[in-house]
Amino acid sequence: MVIGQKSVILLAGDYGCGKTNLAVNLALLLAEKGKVSVVDMDTVNPYFRTADFGEMLAERGINVVFPQYANTNLDIPVLNFDLESIILQSDFTIIDVGGSDAGAYPVGRYESLFKSLGDELEMLYVFNMYRLCERSADEVVRTLREIESACRLKCTALVNNSNLGVETTPRVIAQTADFAEEIVERTGLPLRFTCVTENENSDETHLPVKRLVTLPWEIQETGETEREYD
Amino acid sequence: MEKVLMKGNEALAEAAMRAGCKCFFGYPITPQTEISAYLAKNMAKRGGVFLQAESEVAAINMVLGAAAAGVRAMTSSSSPGISLKSEGVSYIAASDLPCVIVNVQRGGPGLGGIQPSQSDYFQATKALGHGDFQMIVYAPASVQETIDMTYLAFDMADKYRMPVMILSDGLLGQMMEPVVFPNVDVQIPDKPWACSGHQNKRPHNIINSLYLQPDVLERSVNERFERYELIKQSCTMAETDFCEDAEIVVAAFGASARVAKSAVNAVRAKGIKAGLFRPQTLFPFPVEQLNKACGKAKVVLSVEMNKGQMVEDLRLALNCRLPVEFFGRHGGIIPSVKEVLAQIEQIHERIE
Repeated sequence: MVIGQKSVILLAGDYGCGKTNLAVNLALLLAEKGKVSVVDMDTVNPYFRTADFGEMLAERGINVVFPQYANTNLDIPVLNFDLESIILQSDFTIIDVGGSDAGAYPVGRYESLFKSLGDELEMLYVFNMYRLCERSADEVVRTLREIESACRLKCTALVNNSNLGVETTPRVIAQTADFAEEIVERTGLPLRFTCVTENENSDETHLPVKRLVTLPWEIQETGETEREYD
Repeated sequence: MEKVLMKGNEALAEAAMRAGCKCFFGYPITPQTEISAYLAKNMAKRGGVFLQAESEVAAINMVLGAAAAGVRAMTSSSSPGISLKSEGVSYIAASDLPCVIVNVQRGGPGLGGIQPSQSDYFQATKALGHGDFQMIVYAPASVQETIDMTYLAFDMADKYRMPVMILSDGLLGQMMEPVVFPNVDVQIPDKPWACSGHQNKRPHNIINSLYLQPDVLERSVNERFERYELIKQSCTMAETDFCEDAEIVVAAFGASARVAKSAVNAVRAKGIKAGLFRPQTLFPFPVEQLNKACGKAKVVLSVEMNKGQMVEDLRLALNCRLPVEFFGRHGGIIPSVKEVLAQIEQIHERIE
């Protein structure tokens, strides 16, 4: 399994690189191994966030924590939770950070807590080559450094989550391998895994990921009338 | 061209720069903030100006100034912020200035909410500001269409010398879809009327909306309305789906048209003769296309994220010859495919 060695996983990256979709996938995966908490620390994005999956994750025994006013009409990003006790009470804690350096600043507030975790912290830098803002290795590396500086932490590994949303195919992902290698070389960070489509095989470096962050009209376009996650 | 994954708001901002927008003036508000944030980051790198004004009122008047100087200019906001801009929009229309105004709609009235809505249809199509004037209003329904309509908006604004609105909504602005930026050679027309410096080679131009003589004011308004007639003849756009034999025509614009389309597809599979009519321009309203789409129709169902603001335009366009029913959610709630499907089925049972 590509994940599960470290108890606290921070997911950081540029806007729209797929952190939320990955966070929910990882939560479902790790729930088979122990008690999982997912923390939505996004203070910049009003919609399409981990908090949207609160009910579904809670039904599976996953503890979901999000800012008090997430998904309400109040545009106030309040982080009203005790992260330390959440981490202590969970076998795995997945933290979904907001996009780019602007979204990463709240992590910096927990600097001492994260540093005290030592080897137990995995800070993954998630990138998607198909985002216009991540088309060059230069841009990815620059944003990575900006995010590290905002978080006051260093990334420990990379995740290649390159995808084209609903149009993602194995070929679309395979075409990003060279790009991922370039990022590895430029940053000196290991590539922890590449996200592949849900029907592909899982191995040491590939993680099948289901598209869970969908649009309101999407499910029905395929003939289903209820949102299904299993 | 290659495909990239873009958020609606970012895509609009990127398209604006590619379409030759050189000045953006705005004031932050959710859910349009990514437009400003994207332009703040990128406008200066591409030789343009991004300026966060002290208020929406200031921002729209800066747009007036930039447009008067002959520059492609844009502002964006969400519903309450658009209301604040209304005075400036009226002055821009009265001055015959081209500009693009983006409304990423959120719930209203009042401060409303930050979730998506379509409740500014009346404001956009009937009266964004005082006086006799109109704007061309584009209603995209996907991230790709948001891009395409941004290019079109700048072209039409210049062509007809008037403000053009892109009526987006929170969902379209925040969602991500794969898109391709068109490979077009942007042609910005000469603007001999602009206040861009006469170099002592021509008389100076004046941009103005105050007329001292009533008959001159009347003439200027009449001239503008002649242009609106031209626009009504040549600028309407609509998408129709399964309308050839449709007994129930579902009319919807923007994000709710995506929900409606899924519902129409689903009832078609059950053998119900339903079709989709999606106006892409809200002003001018695609009257001819609607009548053509309703050739076999018995009922029209309008699906909106408001209290039924498009219903009146549908009835007028049809000259009240068909019943126009309505289903909508508001306050930031998106109608579900299931709900729309149930509405269509109910109508189907009634007319059978």
